[in-house]
Amino acid sequence: MKPVHVLEGRAVPLERSDVDTDQIIPSDWLKRVERTGFGRGLFSEWRDDTTFVLNQPEYSGAKILLAGPRFGTGSSREHAVWALMDYGFEAIIAPSFGDIFRNNSSKQGLVIVQLDVSDVEELAQMVKDDPSRLLVVDVERRSVEVPETGWSRSFPLDAMTRERLLEGWDDIGISLRRSDDISNYELTSVAPSLDGVFDDKGHARYD
Amino acid sequence: MGKTLYEKIWEQHVVVAPEGEATLLYIDLHLVHEVTSPQAFDGLRINNRKVRRPDLTLATADHNVPTDPLSTPILDPISKRQLEALDENCKEFGITVFPRGHENQGIVHVIGPELGVTQPGMTIVCGDSHTSTHGALGSLAFGIGTSEVEHVLATQTLPQQKAKTMSVLVEGTPPTGVSAKDIVLAIVGRLGTGGGAGYVLEYRGDAIRALSMEGRMTVCNMSIEAGARAGLVAVDETTIEYLRGRPGVPQGEAFEATAERWSSFVSDEDAHFDAEIVINAAELVPFVTWGTNPAQVVALDGVVPSPEDAANDDERESIQRALEYMDLTPGTPLRAVPVDVVFIGSCTNSRIEDLRAAAAVAQGGHVHEGVRALVVPGSRRVKNQAEAEGLDQVFLAAGFEWREPGCSMCLGMNPDILTPGQRCASTSNRNFEGRQGRGGRTHLVSPVVAAATAILGRFATPDEVKA
Repeated sequence: MKPVHVLEGRAVPLERSDVDTDQIIPSDWLKRVERTGFGRGLFSEWRDDTTFVLNQPEYSGAKILLAGPRFGTGSSREHAVWALMDYGFEAIIAPSFGDIFRNNSSKQGLVIVQLDVSDVEELAQMVKDDPSRLLVVDVERRSVEVPETGWSRSFPLDAMTRERLLEGWDDIGISLRRSDDISNYELTSVAPSLDGVFDDKGHARYD
Repeated sequence: MGKTLYEKIWEQHVVVAPEGEATLLYIDLHLVHEVTSPQAFDGLRINNRKVRRPDLTLATADHNVPTDPLSTPILDPISKRQLEALDENCKEFGITVFPRGHENQGIVHVIGPELGVTQPGMTIVCGDSHTSTHGALGSLAFGIGTSEVEHVLATQTLPQQKAKTMSVLVEGTPPTGVSAKDIVLAIVGRLGTGGGAGYVLEYRGDAIRALSMEGRMTVCNMSIEAGARAGLVAVDETTIEYLRGRPGVPQGEAFEATAERWSSFVSDEDAHFDAEIVINAAELVPFVTWGTNPAQVVALDGVVPSPEDAANDDERESIQRALEYMDLTPGTPLRAVPVDVVFIGSCTNSRIEDLRAAAAVAQGGHVHEGVRALVVPGSRRVKNQAEAEGLDQVFLAAGFEWREPGCSMCLGMNPDILTPGQRCASTSNRNFEGRQGRGGRTHLVSPVVAAATAILGRFATPDEVKA
């Protein structure tokens, strides 16, 4: 993934709680075998509604999504992250997130900014007052700011995730450097091999 | 101090725990399906990487297989392509796969336990959030995204942060007509959709001990609906007897030695949990969800709630939005709400015991005029067993459809979907907007409530059918 240091951009307020991953990207989009092109499916059940906030011209091109509590709960589909990023979002600011969604985001470089409900509401108000306002999300300093108003908050980001975002590391590459440790572990592992359970046609050997 | 079951499994799977970094955890079993894997296999190819342990990896087609007779071709070219990609990828990387029509095919969370490849003390992952189901057998099982699927394929490990533990103590004897589904709906209703976030839940207490393995799987399955990635039930005789003789476990005398080891996968008496909730099973009733998340649950005897019942603005708005989407009026008794469709199936409730319970209610009755009722067994083995017991004939005689196994209408990736505005009583796990088809309205219920609802055409309990 690409390293992420500082994001600067406009934001769009999605004032809804419990936005689950089925709403971020409905299941009919999950049949695709590609990793790109999911932006068109983002919030697709709401996009037909002309009053939906993403359809408002003043918010077009926003890089930061301001969401409600429990954003990204539900299904493990990483397609939700792909859809948000393909659409153009680089950071999501919300009071809380689904655990798997948060994990998936960190693998793709989508920055997850968790702030208190009141802070998210303040930000949303500032953005609604002036949609052209720029927000700055600084991964290095773990902060989000609105330079124009001087508003600033810090957000939690564990050292590991922060470093991975800053360096743009590939997790698999890191873990593969531990191959010897993994091989050593396997010497004592009791995980039963499925080779003894199924033949090469997938039929059970004992049934 | 003693250890929790979670801590025991965790400690046995630490490959390396470097200072200041995430722990690298070994994965004993990686279950794969067609939807969350194609991009992961592509990633391996791009980076010229292999699958480290194809012999600890097992794949099945479930999410978008049609449930029409096997002779019917797959009409959706995108679904067809994805199913073919699973076969091709598994062949290329040496992974056992159960395609549509295979004797072992079925929903990934049904086949793992029924084949006995899900075992106590294991770490199990799958690119599906309902992987928590396997925790019913005392294994640490959780859902992962596609990047993590690729990571496990390449390394058989995952970098993980240790979770907190929550004891969910369900004490007492539930009243007749209250099933495992009602227990877990009560738990999700209590915790809310985010209450379990950051925790592994361990379901404990005599009401959990009294459940069959199928019931425990139903409970663990919905852990994620409370925000928890994993749920666990300690190993006991029920676990061991369930596994005895299944294809994936040691056969004959070797089984006893393995079972002895499995018996250690329980929380110690003096183990410390970071949080605890207590539920009195005697106070439980049949439940139904009324809204658009699984925590929006009421007693089937109750009424549709009002935004005025909300504790705060956020909740008020959420109730208001859900009422609009669900087209419900506050104060309406649930028993007066008519349905268009009934779906009995999904990784929550499609096992043989679920089908037996639903068939017992359906026996001698008939699906209400204008209602479409589908029964979708969780796997081919479940389907075969149900047919051997004559359950298919009970359902067919009562006007239910008897279909081929798969995820089906739980998430509407195959042709089994609701049309806009249709209302469905479903034994699945999510009532999200559009989950079962765009504009569809989902109410989560137990298998017996689903069967009774199919017959009366409105939300109902079995006692009304037999009355």
